[in-house]
Amino acid sequence: MPNGTLIALIPLLPLAGFILLGLFGRKYLKNSSGIIGTVLLLASTILAIYTAYEYFFVYGKVAGVYEKKFPLNYTWLEFLPAGQAGSKGVSIDMGILLDPISVMMLVVVTFVSLMVHIYSLGYMKGEERFSTYYSFLSLFTFSMLGLVVSRNLFQIYIFWELVGVSSFLLIGYYYNKPSAVAACKKAFIVTRFADLGFLIGILILSFSSGTLDFNTLISTLTTPGSGQAKAVASTFLGASAITWGAALVFIGGAGKSAMFPLHIWLPDAMEGPTPVSALIHAATMVVAGVFLVARLFPVFSITTPGVLEIVGWVGAVSAIIAAIIACTQTDIKRVLAYSTISQIGFMMFALGVSGYGGEAGLGYTASMFHLFTHAMFKALLFLGAGAVIHYIHSNEMKDMGGLRKFMPITHITFLIACLAIAGVPPFAGFFSKEEILLSAYHNNTIIYYIALFTSGLTSFYMFRLYFSIFWNKPHEVERKKHGKGGFSMMMPLILLAIGSAAAGFIPFGKYVSSDGTFLESHFHLQFSILPVLLGLAGILIAWWLYHKQSDRADRLAASLQGFYRTAYNKFYIDEIYMFITKKVLFNLIGRPAAWFDKNIVDGMINLTGNTTAAISESIKKLQSGKVQQYAIYFLVSVIGLALLFIYVWK
Amino acid sequence: MNLEPGLYHLLFISAALLFIGVYGFFTRRNLITMLMSIELILNSVNLNFIAFNKYLWPHKMDGLFFTVFIIAIAAAEAAVAIAIIINLYRSHNSIDVENAEELKY
Repeated sequence: MPNGTLIALIPLLPLAGFILLGLFGRKYLKNSSGIIGTVLLLASTILAIYTAYEYFFVYGKVAGVYEKKFPLNYTWLEFLPAGQAGSKGVSIDMGILLDPISVMMLVVVTFVSLMVHIYSLGYMKGEERFSTYYSFLSLFTFSMLGLVVSRNLFQIYIFWELVGVSSFLLIGYYYNKPSAVAACKKAFIVTRFADLGFLIGILILSFSSGTLDFNTLISTLTTPGSGQAKAVASTFLGASAITWGAALVFIGGAGKSAMFPLHIWLPDAMEGPTPVSALIHAATMVVAGVFLVARLFPVFSITTPGVLEIVGWVGAVSAIIAAIIACTQTDIKRVLAYSTISQIGFMMFALGVSGYGGEAGLGYTASMFHLFTHAMFKALLFLGAGAVIHYIHSNEMKDMGGLRKFMPITHITFLIACLAIAGVPPFAGFFSKEEILLSAYHNNTIIYYIALFTSGLTSFYMFRLYFSIFWNKPHEVERKKHGKGGFSMMMPLILLAIGSAAAGFIPFGKYVSSDGTFLESHFHLQFSILPVLLGLAGILIAWWLYHKQSDRADRLAASLQGFYRTAYNKFYIDEIYMFITKKVLFNLIGRPAAWFDKNIVDGMINLTGNTTAAISESIKKLQSGKVQQYAIYFLVSVIGLALLFIYVWK
Repeated sequence: MNLEPGLYHLLFISAALLFIGVYGFFTRRNLITMLMSIELILNSVNLNFIAFNKYLWPHKMDGLFFTVFIIAIAAAEAAVAIAIIINLYRSHNSIDVENAEELKY
């Protein structure tokens, strides 16, 4: 059986790091905080890998099915003890749930976080708030690990908000930069807005199933019976309660995962330090939405297939829109951000087109597989971009070019990551993307074609990035030799590159599937030809346009004038939001509310204050400072009281 | 003719002392004089206690004890008051209450 304490240590070690560095870091551990954080996380990573090994190979599989294990449960708040008044009991628990996806996420989160910790040792060296940075990273890692092992909806919600906060803190790390401050506010507000939906969804789901616990909730809502019947029977605006619940939970997931139209915060979140972007806004936190849908997948696919279809469409639309925008951006981190949105879109619609159990669950496996490989190569891309930015001191593509001779390791690893994301065999992205495309092909033809086109676009914009950074211009010799990044920055790149190259060969279907059974991944050669060809075509076009300086790209952009400008301006989605918030919400709600607040609410307060002030102004002369006057007041009062006692209150 | 003073005589003196004290307290600006006025008021009370004790409950001692207490407290009060007056004199160079009006609104 799994050892609960050992597994609980995986999230608790980073928490210890956060507390230690947060309290004492700035004063006492200024230089050693990076090492402390990294060592604690290394221990977590080892524990996570050990847990994964134990789960997948020792105790997880019972009769050919990977079961859910509950090694730890702790009743945190008990509102109504079980058995009293004939109820099942109302309590909020904290605990650990091990199943294939949570174990996989444990490994992914700890591994990528460890890479980022090591990388930051070099990247953030000499920062003023070095130890604060590491304490925030530890906080984030703790919350993310707590999120993936959550065993009930309430626990996942707590950790969900915690990752939101730590993301906010890290985006706003450079707090004296106004754009970073604006970005962290934006990220927080947008995800909070989505989390409101999530909260209401939690309330609906737990109310209709009578529990917060995932296992009980899923079995209540998916097996036909009284619980499910009740949830389906009560309707609101033509949809059943459970449909609303699932849809609202998905809104929360879409906000965190930056799905269209709630994706606007992610590109701005690139204001944070680059390793943070790699960890939070590429590999781990933004896939929390995918993870959430996967966690509740049986509810989505069995009880509310309509919502699952929405998931699929939202994913597909996000994938293609983000890919188109990514082709036009010039800030390399923004290109990667849009690419992240696009890839998460892939994961989302893979879930959306998936069914539950057996062969139909291919999309589920594919989604989780893509999550896994994407974490590897996208973290690698970000860290590589970080190395480039560290070297160039600019985010703009036009400042780069011809870097392949100066940064050979970065160049090779970046190329591997680009090949992986473009889906060129035998790199990791190829395998996972093939499975996604295959499941889309079987279930929804329109989404399949969108996905096919998007995957072509993906390889185009990734290689546009690659050629613009490493080729394009003839290399200059007289670049200042600064900040190429030491061993601590190169080692994570190499390790992640190995991961991106080799992760595809893991027989993922064997370990992760929608119902825990073995899922044979089929490999169809004919089927793979088209996506791979499209990917190669994308690379070729990118090579033709960008491998050396030319005006071809500009001419192409000019010929697509209107469309190009629209895409360059991100389809004006930010402007639409600004219009809605500034013009509509501010004028219709904000201003009247402000008027009411200023005149009515404040008015009442001011009235009390002013009255008191006026009264005290008029009687303050009584305190004249003349002793004999006071004595007179005293005498008069005593005489008055005496008269009262003698004649009135006899 | 009975020259032995009765209760009313004593009460009359006591009332006279009280009003002289009150009058002095309100009209004089010199702190020493005001202190003396307070002593007059206290002594009028003492006289009251003695008179009532003697004429109404001649076999009891309560009034006498009160008087002793009041005299003791009056001595302490005089010590404190004179200390205050000395300090006032040091800071203001006068013991006129009209010159010490800083503690106000």
